Amino acid sequence: MSVQLAMPNCWRMESKPHKFCPGCGHGIVLKALGQAIDELGIQDRAVFGCDIGCSLLAWDFFNIDTIQTHHGRTNPVITGIKRANPNVIGVAYMGDGGGYAIGSQHLVNAAARNENITAIVVNNTQYGMTGGQMAPTTLPGQKTETSPYGRDVAKTGNPTLGPEMVSAITPDGAYVARGTVSNVKQLTKFIKNALENQMNGNGFSFVEALSTCPTNWRTNATDTWKFLEKEMSQYFTVGELKAPGSQNEEGQANG
Amino acid sequence: MAEKVIQEEKRVFMTGNEVVAWGALAANAEIMYGYPITPQNEIMHYWTRLAPKNEREFLQTEDELSAGFTTNGGVMAGRRAFTATAGPGNTLMQEPISMAEAMRLPTVTIVQQRGGPSTATVIYSQQEVTLTTLGGNGEGLRVVYSTATHQELFDYTIKAFNTAWKYRFPTFVLADGYQAKMRESLVMYDPASKGIEMFPTEPFVGKEGTPGVDREPGHFRNTYNVEEELYDVLQEHFADYNKMTPEVAEYKEIGSKESKVVVIAHGVVARGAKAAVEDLRAEGFNVGFFRPVTLRPLAVPELREVANNADKILVVESANGQMDRLLKEAIYGCSAEMLSLFKPGVGITAEEIEARVREIV
Repeated sequence: MSVQLAMPNCWRMESKPHKFCPGCGHGIVLKALGQAIDELGIQDRAVFGCDIGCSLLAWDFFNIDTIQTHHGRTNPVITGIKRANPNVIGVAYMGDGGGYAIGSQHLVNAAARNENITAIVVNNTQYGMTGGQMAPTTLPGQKTETSPYGRDVAKTGNPTLGPEMVSAITPDGAYVARGTVSNVKQLTKFIKNALENQMNGNGFSFVEALSTCPTNWRTNATDTWKFLEKEMSQYFTVGELKAPGSQNEEGQANG
Repeated sequence: MAEKVIQEEKRVFMTGNEVVAWGALAANAEIMYGYPITPQNEIMHYWTRLAPKNEREFLQTEDELSAGFTTNGGVMAGRRAFTATAGPGNTLMQEPISMAEAMRLPTVTIVQQRGGPSTATVIYSQQEVTLTTLGGNGEGLRVVYSTATHQELFDYTIKAFNTAWKYRFPTFVLADGYQAKMRESLVMYDPASKGIEMFPTEPFVGKEGTPGVDREPGHFRNTYNVEEELYDVLQEHFADYNKMTPEVAEYKEIGSKESKVVVIAHGVVARGAKAAVEDLRAEGFNVGFFRPVTLRPLAVPELREVANNADKILVVESANGQMDRLLKEAIYGCSAEMLSLFKPGVGITAEEIEARVREIV
């Protein structure tokens, strides 16, 4: 008996099952992205760029032209492509380290220029590929390999609020939202809105996706979900922060 | 593309940076990505004035990392894309260039050398030879043209695009602040009028058709799971590079294969070296001149012939032996004695070179 797997059409069957760890949120974010691309019918125009870190494992994930770049450099590569060929729908996909640490200058300036690309940052509160070090998004008190006694905000600052920052520095026309892998329907909608914003030529579109990393969190299924739903969602508010044409930005509303 | 930028040959008198902008236009370069750093700024200044009139694009990025990576993106979109940098900017540029090396991206980078290490001086030096030929975490799979005149800046800017797109190795035009800032005459021309065809470009991504339906998707990566996988890829790149080398390696010389003393210099210093050698030869001295035009790859067989025939080789450069190290690797085991005149970060006159040759001849 053949089983019809619920995969987006633009997923590449030959590279499934995917390369991410069991319980990793990347597969869910990429499913939301795949569904959004399917719904918008842009598989032929999309160019997917992935960063260094776990996101690089998506280099052959889709039946979509894909470039695996360097750590933090996916925004400029996709920017370069979009500037050279505006017909492309450019997606820059990265983790929180690539987006908010090593590539933060690129994120800030692409946002400030209102670059007409879509950036997706997967936030799992630490560096996954390199073995679980503290990231800009590590929660206060959270234990990682480089904050073994818990993140001390007095010494290392508070977790970066990416969408709030991008929202503050982008002009009208930009789209900014934060979704979570615990609400795939909403996340898919946010990513679809972001891609549509680029298709409409409105400017920068940005989605942060709260995600899971049981491997480095060292959590079982129950605790993984609990950390995502209770700890992360409390600090990182889910919802749309900015959308073109909306009179009152929805701000902190839980969408 | 709009009508030809240069309709007929035109004698002009301009700065080197302006020459580069015109050369890139003549080569049908379509987009420049750049970040300000002295002494290459005027390339951007001229490009931004010329580009809109000629349907070309420009993006000023947030730093050289971004300038390099957007250039990588530009060529992957199938455009003749280029950038320009110098000194500390060239240091940052090495990261995107290493990606270009790994993925065989036909980027063109103009380097107007300045003094180093660090911020140092802003006008003149030949101290970016090591960085430009062998920088990044890689094996130096790139082509580097070292120009000496404004005519060459024009000629090799055009040629760099063809070399890059034909062989798919990142390609550099390596000049310096003197060449960038001084005015000199040259003849500008439409490449087609000289029989130069621009090698066609091709997109890596964003081709016609739906990937997975009408065609295979382009999946481009620079990371590998196992050592053997990388090893195999690199062997292919080395083979391509070695096959290309005799076709791209260039040099200029005067009596280098039959002289007992040969002066080797590159770039603008080679002008002084050539003048010195010509003077000495007129006086009857048995002195030759050799100038590598490509610093990477070098014209190794010709250099070895020179180094096996001459008794002494005098290497002259405005660096503390950066080209000298490349030469010594190329001529390892040859019989000539290696002597030097190194003046890192400062100019070297024909008179100084002539005086040094008189000491050793």
